[in-house]
Amino acid sequence: MKLHEYQSKQIFSRNGIPIPQGRLASTPIEAKQVAEELGLPVVLKAQVLVGGRGKAGGIRLVKTPDEAEEEASKILGNKIKGLPIRNLLVEKAINIRQEIYFGITNDRLAGKPVMIASGEGGVDIEEIACTMPDKIIKVHINPLLGLRDFQVRGIAAEINLQRENWRKFLQIGKGLWQAFCDIDAMLAEINPLVITNEGHLFAIDGKITIDDNALFRQRDLIDMRDLSAESPEEIKARKFDLSYIRLTGNIGCMVNGAGLAMATMDNIKICGGEPANFLDIGGGASSEKVSAALKIIMSDPNIKTVLINIFGGITRCDEVARGILTALEDHNLNVPMVIRLVGTNAEEGKKLLSDQNQITADTLFEATQLAVQTAKGIKA
Amino acid sequence: MSILVNQDSCILVQGITGKEGLFHAQQMLTFGTNVVAGVTPGKGGEWVLDGKVPVFDSVRMGVEVTGADTSVIFVPAKHALDAILEAEEAGISVIICITEGIPVQDMMRVRSYLDNSQTRLIGPNSPGILSPKQAKAGIIPGNIAIQGNIGVVSRSGTLTYEIVYALKHLGLGISTCVGIGGDPVIGTSFTTILEMFEADPFTEKVIMIGEIGGTEEEFAAEFIASQMTKPVYAYIAGETAPGDKRMGHAGAIIEYGIGSASTKTESLHDAGVIIAHHPEEIPQMIMKSLGLVNADIDR
Repeated sequence: MKLHEYQSKQIFSRNGIPIPQGRLASTPIEAKQVAEELGLPVVLKAQVLVGGRGKAGGIRLVKTPDEAEEEASKILGNKIKGLPIRNLLVEKAINIRQEIYFGITNDRLAGKPVMIASGEGGVDIEEIACTMPDKIIKVHINPLLGLRDFQVRGIAAEINLQRENWRKFLQIGKGLWQAFCDIDAMLAEINPLVITNEGHLFAIDGKITIDDNALFRQRDLIDMRDLSAESPEEIKARKFDLSYIRLTGNIGCMVNGAGLAMATMDNIKICGGEPANFLDIGGGASSEKVSAALKIIMSDPNIKTVLINIFGGITRCDEVARGILTALEDHNLNVPMVIRLVGTNAEEGKKLLSDQNQITADTLFEATQLAVQTAKGIKA
Repeated sequence: MSILVNQDSCILVQGITGKEGLFHAQQMLTFGTNVVAGVTPGKGGEWVLDGKVPVFDSVRMGVEVTGADTSVIFVPAKHALDAILEAEEAGISVIICITEGIPVQDMMRVRSYLDNSQTRLIGPNSPGILSPKQAKAGIIPGNIAIQGNIGVVSRSGTLTYEIVYALKHLGLGISTCVGIGGDPVIGTSFTTILEMFEADPFTEKVIMIGEIGGTEEEFAAEFIASQMTKPVYAYIAGETAPGDKRMGHAGAIIEYGIGSASTKTESLHDAGVIIAHHPEEIPQMIMKSLGLVNADIDR
């Protein structure tokens, strides 16, 4: 789960990381009021969960209250990369002497958190990694011992931070680690961390991603989820504990297991088709779940064919078949269905579906070939 | 024969009185595996599965009474960290964690703790280990494979079953199939399992099934290039997966351009691994390498 910049900054601030004065505004009038309160110039920042806001015109420096109102009206209600801009963060503008990248993420391979810093902040860390890999400092943190002061001092020295700023940098580093642990973050980054001409340090922009698996113990963070970044189908799928991701093709897929679901999508591509979605019904799915899944798939207007690929282990093919039948009772499916049932209770499942207008297949490859052909209107 | 488990393994099931734990403990028993004990705190003294398996309050008690050496964990995610540590503390040598949904920070703590332990953790979010005629420790259906000399290691469940089943269909058997788990931070890497297969005299070929996310496969490629003498076949799922979206498994996500299927396939290819473009191609490739022509090949 990704947090907005303003949400990330609230968390930073709570953990002793200095942020610029600012407030959220959702109307141009409000933006003007906040600008007047804070004192100009201010920066207007679109709150959307995608990168590249600046380039897309989502960040503006304004010098007068009227300008704040005018620019806010241009940004609000617009979209960046398809996502609506509902809120602006209005912040007091800050002079910049140096920009630093400072973040913590998980090193999957090492199985440890890793603190990353660079004296060349302000641009994407991936960009720094590509162009100046030697400017990136990485320090692993032992999760049982936590971040130690000497590690942060070491980073400060490596990025050539002036000694007078070390104390503040240490406080920010420790605050970042504290936040990372407290909220079960997968990523907590400040980019840029700015040093002003007066020698103050501020987190000017930030990004936090929370581990979805930890939301059971992060109840107060669940309210921070912005559903506007997700399609209604994805939200509905989550209610049924299904993983669904809408794609741009025309072959709807229903598969049990994430790996097999990806492999099924890949097979479609190899056979010359395009998958309309990723959908994993998980292990041991009930007929209710299967029925909900099929309805979600069918809600996509681009669908030309539905491919159902079930390898029954804990999942019982007859249960899947019952779910398909329930969904078909409520909804007329006017596209062909290619069904492959293998494993636990496959025969029973096939029997249940024998009255339906469907195409059956034995192997995965055969099933995808048939699905691609039918989607193209070629009679199987 | 097999790696990690064998017919002498004594299995203890943590969370045995839960729906999943009980069902799969039964499946393991039916397969012929020695399920010697179950653990559910507060239910010590009970017997489950027609009185065949005693339930204990703690892993320690289960180990003391039955001599269990391998644990299969089915407890819910919020209790899984505790379950793993309890098994380690009780002296279990192989822990197989089936549980999905463990917070990654919990797993990082476990990993750091196990660095100084003799205990091996497989998973979490693993389907377990299956070795035909030897043992079934986990949820991999026992009837999808026959005994043979192919080692299988994978990050996913059903996709693996699919490939193992296709092997069986062509009369090809496996030595052991290990699911290392679909989470971002896991106890045992591809590389460690590859090392075990390389050392196992009963394994002649290895199939590796990877997926998008992380750099496990790239790391394994380095090991294969420098250390492995046995042929390795690989399939990487997720060529069509979009970036920045989690594809079901917590670990299956391309972030910052890292973890795409194509980079993994490339590194493995460069390491001399034979790459399959779709899952069912692997058994066909193996048949070809054996010089066996089979009518099913072109199906």
